[in-house]
Amino acid sequence: MIKANHLIKDFGRRRAVDDVSFEVEKGTVLGFLGPNGAGKTTTIRMVAGFLPPSAGTVHVKGIDVAQNPVAAQKSIGYMPETTPLYEDMTVSGFLRFLAEVRGFNGAERNSRVDSALDRCFLQPVRNQSIDTLSKGYRQRTCLAQTLLHDPDILLLDEPTEGLDPNQKQVVRDMIREMASERVVMLSTHVLEEVEAICTRAIIVSNGRVVADDTPAALKARSSQYNAVTLSAEGEGIADKLGKLPSVKEVHALEDGKIVAFPKAGKSIASDVLAAAQANKWKVADIKVDDGRLDEVFRQITTTEDTKKKEVA
Amino acid sequence: MNEAAHHILAVGKREWRSYFDSPVAYVFIIIFLMLAGFFTFSLSQFFEAGQADLNGFFRWHPWLYMILVPAVAMRLWAEERRSGTIELLFTVSVTPLQALLGKFFAAWLFMVLALALTFTVPLTAAYLGAPDFGAAMSGYLGSVLLAGAYIAVGMFTSALTRNQVISFILAVVIGLFLILAGYPPVTDLLARWAPMWLVDGVASFSFMPHYEALQRGVIDLRDLVYFASVMVFMLFATQVVLKTKVGR
Repeated sequence: MIKANHLIKDFGRRRAVDDVSFEVEKGTVLGFLGPNGAGKTTTIRMVAGFLPPSAGTVHVKGIDVAQNPVAAQKSIGYMPETTPLYEDMTVSGFLRFLAEVRGFNGAERNSRVDSALDRCFLQPVRNQSIDTLSKGYRQRTCLAQTLLHDPDILLLDEPTEGLDPNQKQVVRDMIREMASERVVMLSTHVLEEVEAICTRAIIVSNGRVVADDTPAALKARSSQYNAVTLSAEGEGIADKLGKLPSVKEVHALEDGKIVAFPKAGKSIASDVLAAAQANKWKVADIKVDDGRLDEVFRQITTTEDTKKKEVA
Repeated sequence: MNEAAHHILAVGKREWRSYFDSPVAYVFIIIFLMLAGFFTFSLSQFFEAGQADLNGFFRWHPWLYMILVPAVAMRLWAEERRSGTIELLFTVSVTPLQALLGKFFAAWLFMVLALALTFTVPLTAAYLGAPDFGAAMSGYLGSVLLAGAYIAVGMFTSALTRNQVISFILAVVIGLFLILAGYPPVTDLLARWAPMWLVDGVASFSFMPHYEALQRGVIDLRDLVYFASVMVFMLFATQVVLKTKVGR
């Protein structure tokens, strides 16, 4: 439903987005992540039709966004990063205005506003002036606005930024619920969010796509992936684990736990368990690490940075 | 109703409401009426003149508008850009042209409302004597057109910046030029070095001859075309600014 083809955006002499291509199908929650200034917001703005690309194209449901933003925007609900709102309006007045702009009038308009208020849990503040709202309510008001016309594509720029953990959970549940028959593209630099709701993650750095995979596959790139943490009583555990053919190295932690790292691509959990049984160790706890996204993220985005510096 | 008209109406309604949701509308209307009354009855010496005509009322409008209309227009775009709501407005299938027409008509209608509330002045004149009804009507027409031209100028300067103060000052300066362009102090200054056609060209930009003709009760198509073209030009310039500046 979204197809970005070699997108480039220059601001003066600075290239903010450098040759970004991707394609997203229905049912996907795409996490767009990267360090600050990586080009996430600029890319989303181009998909939303707010910024024209310097080169390349974005198609939304087959419509070229730069050529025909009006038509493309009909199937897009967009929540900008800054959650802009008309401060002097009430929450329901604001939503009524946007429903009118989206082409709804009278009873239809009111019922759509009502359902958006319901879905974003905004009923208690519906008649409150926007400039008196807390951050969480502002965020949800801006999110509610994206749902009015029931769009096929939701573009959410940092939708949970600045929310407390409970509010984050509410917003994530909403996104997950909406995703089934839509495309949701959200930008974030919160990695737990990607793990929690995204079915696919694109990492951008310095305006380029540096990784495009499922969160699980990205995590598998971590050096921690499939590492086994063992807390057990017995003789020479570390030594014996170190001699297993599939184990690369073994670390003893301060709290007495032992971590065994596998050789690349190997899974060692069963080997470790077999060794424990053979040696009659008393195993209190064993844990297989499924990798850490923050480590992968750091590794991918910093090597990219250093590469860039070397070229410069 | 087609989609473009629908968008213009929705944007215009929001803008109109935002005047009345804040104290802006009330403060503006009260100050406008007080100043209009002060100029008419004190400075023009309406009662002392002994004539039941409305010249003393209409002749101050260009100066009144020069200061007050930029205050109505300055937030139209500057505020959208400062608060970022322009990103919302331009990603919901509204084109810049539709949005600016909605805003323009809302602001213009607001000025028409303020002007309509001066109805007590012609009523006073009618009570005291028999003013020329036709001249009063054409005077009001001229004042409405003048207000529209000032709104269009103010909207243009508002699109140029996200700072309302800068927008206000620029609009006042352009307004001042459009008033004075035909007056001898300006034309004399130009005539010293510029060729005659340029002096005439600059002088013909002035609001005043067109406005004064309407004030006298002369409705000439050329004057109507003049005001319409000022508005169209300024709206077009606003559209160009919006298309080239927004977001980048």
